Amino acid sequence: MALPPLDSPQWQSPWRAFAWGLRSITQTILTVVLFVTYLGIGALAHDTHFSLLWALCSTLFVWAGPAQIILITTLGSGATVIQSAIAVTVSAIRLFPMVVSVLPLMRTPTTKRRELVFAAHLTAVTLWVECHRFLPQVPRERRIAFVHGLGCGLVSVCLTANTVGYFLAANLTQTLGAAILLLTPLSFLFSTARNSREVADVVALTLGILLYPLAAKMNSGLDILVSGLIAGTVAYGVHWWRQVRA
Amino acid sequence: MTYAQLIGDWQALAVLFVAGVVPNQIWRMLGLWFGGGIDEGSELLVWVRAVATAILAGVIAQIVVEPPGALASVPDVLRYGAVAAGLVVFLLTRRSIFAGVVAGEVFMLAGTWWLG
Repeated sequence: MALPPLDSPQWQSPWRAFAWGLRSITQTILTVVLFVTYLGIGALAHDTHFSLLWALCSTLFVWAGPAQIILITTLGSGATVIQSAIAVTVSAIRLFPMVVSVLPLMRTPTTKRRELVFAAHLTAVTLWVECHRFLPQVPRERRIAFVHGLGCGLVSVCLTANTVGYFLAANLTQTLGAAILLLTPLSFLFSTARNSREVADVVALTLGILLYPLAAKMNSGLDILVSGLIAGTVAYGVHWWRQVRA
Repeated sequence: MTYAQLIGDWQALAVLFVAGVVPNQIWRMLGLWFGGGIDEGSELLVWVRAVATAILAGVIAQIVVEPPGALASVPDVLRYGAVAAGLVVFLLTRRSIFAGVVAGEVFMLAGTWWLG
C-alpha cells in the first residue's frame, strides 16, 4: 500500500485521511511488535491479579509500554502508590521531548492547541517513529486526522492483544517469554537506527546505549535521564560543530 | 472467568490513575504546553530530539543489561550476541527492521537450544 500523492483529491476529506492513517498500521513491522508486547502485558496483568478491565484501561489511558510494565511489576511486587508513581514518571520523561518534536510536524499556522491534545496523548515511541516516516507523505493540513487514524489503529491492536494475552495468561514457557521480552529492545533499536538520517542521531543512539551502563553504576534512580542528557547533549554538540565548520 | 477477573474493584482503578495515568500523562501535556512556540527546525528542537533518542537508547540498553523477568534466564552472552547478530543483519539488509529482529530472535532461541 502506497499513500496517495500529496496533491491527490484523496486527501480532501479529513475522514479519508483518518482512514489512510488507520490503514498505515499494516505498513510497519512495529505493529506486529506492539501486538506481541501487549500480549505480554495482558499476561503479566493476569499473573499479578489485575482485572482485564484494569489492563485495558492502562493501555487506553497510559499508552506507553515501558510505563505499563513498570506500573504492573512495581504494584504487583508490593510497592506503594508513591513509589510506583515515581518510577512511572521517570520512565515517562522521554515523552516530553517526543511530543515537543512530533507536534510541529502536524501544526499549521491556524492550529489550536486543543486540536493537538489527542495527538499528544497518542504520542509514544512507535507513533513518534512512524510520524517521522509517514508524515512527509501527508499534506500538512491533514496530518492531525492521519495521526488520529494511525494512533486509533495502534491502540485497537494493543487492546486486542491485551485481551488475547490475558486469556492465554502465562501459558508461555520461559524461553518463549524471554523471546517476547527481547523483541522490545531489538525493534526499538532498529527502528530508531533506520530513522537516523543525520550524524547527530547516530551519535545520540550509540552514545546513549554505551553510557547507560556507566550511568547505572551511580544508582541514582535517574540513570536513564543522566545518560540520555549527556549523550543527547554530546550529539547536539557534534551537530553544532559540523554546522560551524560547514 | 469471574467478575473479579473481568472488572475488579474500583480501588485498583483509582491506583491506576494516581500511580500510572497522571505521572505518565503529565509529560505529554507539558510537551504540548511548552512545545507550542518552538519552530520545527530550531536548534532547541535538534537538542531535544537528540536527548529523546539517547533516552530511548538508554531504555534499550537497560532491558538488555538488566533484563526483566524471563529474559534474565538467558545468559549475558546470548542477549548481547542476539543484539549484535541482529545489528549485523540489519546493516547487511540495507536497514530492514524485520530482518534484524528475526536474526536477533533466531540467534537467542538457537543459542538457548544449543546450550540446553
